[in-house]
Amino acid sequence: MTKISGNSSKTGAGIAQLFSRVLQPYKYTPIISWLLGGLVAVIIEQFVGLSLARALGMYKIPALFGILFILDKPLLFTGALLYNILIYVIPITVVARLTKFLGNRLAAWLLTIPHIVSIVVHLGLLYTILHIWSEVSDYRLLVARLILIAIIVTLSLNVINGYMGEFSCSHPGFIALGAYATSVFTIVLFVDDNLFGPALLPISFGFLFFPIGLIIGGFVAALGAIIVAVPSFRTRGDYLAIISLAFMFIVKSLLENLEWVGGPRGMGSQPDWANLPTVFFWAVIAVWVINNFVKSTLGKALNAVRDDETAASAMTVDTRKTKMTAFLFGAFWAGIAGGLFAHVIRYVNPGTFGLTMLAEDLAMVYFGGLNSVVGSIVGAVSINLLSEALRPLEIYKWIVIPLMLILVMVFRPTGLISFREFDVMKLIEPKQEPKE
Amino acid sequence: MTFFFQNVINALQWGSLYALIALGYSMVYGVLLLFNFAHGDVFMVGAYIGFFIATGLLALSSSGVLVLSNTMILVLTILFAMLLNSFVGILVERVGYRPLRNAPRASAAITGLMIGIILETSNLALLGASRLSFPELITTSTYEVAGVVLTNKKIVIVVVSLLLMIALHQFVQRSKWGMAMRAMAFDFAVVPLMGVPLNAIAALTFGLGSALAAAAGVFYGTAYPVLDPYMGITFGWKAFVAAILGGRGSILGAALAGFLLGFIEIFVATIFPSTLRDLIAYSIILAILVYRPHGFFGEAHTAQLRL
Repeated sequence: MTKISGNSSKTGAGIAQLFSRVLQPYKYTPIISWLLGGLVAVIIEQFVGLSLARALGMYKIPALFGILFILDKPLLFTGALLYNILIYVIPITVVARLTKFLGNRLAAWLLTIPHIVSIVVHLGLLYTILHIWSEVSDYRLLVARLILIAIIVTLSLNVINGYMGEFSCSHPGFIALGAYATSVFTIVLFVDDNLFGPALLPISFGFLFFPIGLIIGGFVAALGAIIVAVPSFRTRGDYLAIISLAFMFIVKSLLENLEWVGGPRGMGSQPDWANLPTVFFWAVIAVWVINNFVKSTLGKALNAVRDDETAASAMTVDTRKTKMTAFLFGAFWAGIAGGLFAHVIRYVNPGTFGLTMLAEDLAMVYFGGLNSVVGSIVGAVSINLLSEALRPLEIYKWIVIPLMLILVMVFRPTGLISFREFDVMKLIEPKQEPKE
Repeated sequence: MTFFFQNVINALQWGSLYALIALGYSMVYGVLLLFNFAHGDVFMVGAYIGFFIATGLLALSSSGVLVLSNTMILVLTILFAMLLNSFVGILVERVGYRPLRNAPRASAAITGLMIGIILETSNLALLGASRLSFPELITTSTYEVAGVVLTNKKIVIVVVSLLLMIALHQFVQRSKWGMAMRAMAFDFAVVPLMGVPLNAIAALTFGLGSALAAAAGVFYGTAYPVLDPYMGITFGWKAFVAAILGGRGSILGAALAGFLLGFIEIFVATIFPSTLRDLIAYSIILAILVYRPHGFFGEAHTAQLRL
């Protein structure tokens, strides 16, 4: 919120003053009040969304803020805009404003008891918002889950490309390994399938075994990462990029040739276990673990290796161990994301994990910002929302998004929010107005 | 033995296409230390430009406006496609790479990737997803030498590709511009201070590479007369790997690696099931790169990503 007022002060003085006067109360609004506002907004949408949408000339609730409608029928622009303002903007700002003092008091009180409680409360609110928002349509549910998975993918790629500064192109390979390993695990054990025969265990055990399957997928991906990590001891930068690219092609080609996992036809009938709570849980764990990893000594060692390997080595950083850890760690989370992805789509085939996915993953990381957890989240959410929202443009979508990315690269070569530390405590603490 | 030589001939044709594209990657990489991820799609654009010139000239000559033999049309197609595609390459450099001259190189790689996607998508949007068949400009005639079947197309493609590579080599080694390019490859930071125009050299490098890619595109159309918008990804990216395999900026290396890739692919496809082609080809490349991380002719310098 400080950012908004900071930017606006550069534009015309009158407008700046108006802006800062309007935004002044919001500068010290704690995050919990914004979450409450979001909650109110989605609840309002749940109850009056449909009738409002009909009144404004739309036949159903606009799934992604009405962009789908606008591109289809430009005349609905005012309707969609009005809908967004009435359903989202006004309730969120009003509730956030009204609950400012209450929110600050609550946030302060939550910090007096163990901090984990405060974090859980915030995450619970966030999840509730997401849950109610995605209840409106199956499409929203799918988009929400894919975005959460994209966050895991982007973060894990950022560990290698951003924090360690290698240009690794092998991520689709890791995701594919995770997706296939998890799928094989769940299908062999729990599904009557024509590839693997009847189920070995009743499907009701599934929820206990799904995390195990995901972790197996993560480990398989990490195992594959050794192939890329070992050459990284000897070479860096460009040649490693090619090695990782070759690895990606090898994995894709290998899966195409393995008949027992379906070959080029792929593998379907994964059980429907990757529901919103599961994906949300794993995304939160991923953000938490990766954020702690990059803030740890090992994470700082990654930055040291990136900036100057020789100097890092002279400063007693074990560069081999560091590179190996980063590759295995990144690949592990990519594998987990792959397992979740396979169970959201409930079908995998080798063609999915090709150059298109590589381009998307790289786009998310470099759009959001290198070396930054917040940047990764922003990149994953915005690129995914854009690519879903621009769906009516059909093929022209793939002209608009690359152009945007080129612009971002030209004006901010390391991404929108790069080289920023993500401090959870700073995020959830009460925002005290300075006493004058 | 005939079987072996037959496949050698096929591999020479296949490899010369790889080599021509790999040269474009390799030159840009050598001079500017950049991955030109858009080059595969520039090759695709070159093939399409060739297609339109060839069909246009054929229509003109059949309607009697111009009297041209088919061989003449092929020569003109190659020349014009090379000329026009070099402008495409220069445009790619101007839009995607020049603004990022001082940015981290990874960012420039991203813009290249995105320009590639834009080229592909524009092609899809303008021409649709259907494949085009390249007009047949040379009627195939076959010769048999000691049991090995040669076609005139294969001979033309291999010989002209080799001539182009030799011409490029001569240009880079003998001419003043070539010397400037080599100097730039030697030291990117100091040479511009000596009065060598950096932007002009960069444009020249992209233009030359794209011209070769256009030649490869026309040859591709002549040999395998199907063009589709994704040929840049499927075919061009492999040439990229070959370029790196050859070593940084080495013209000889890129050409050799292109031929090597062609040989590996053709022989794998004849001996094993052809679905294993990519798997084995990339595994061999991976093994070579692990053993020789800087390619065949690359110097073992420490390439630092400037972040």
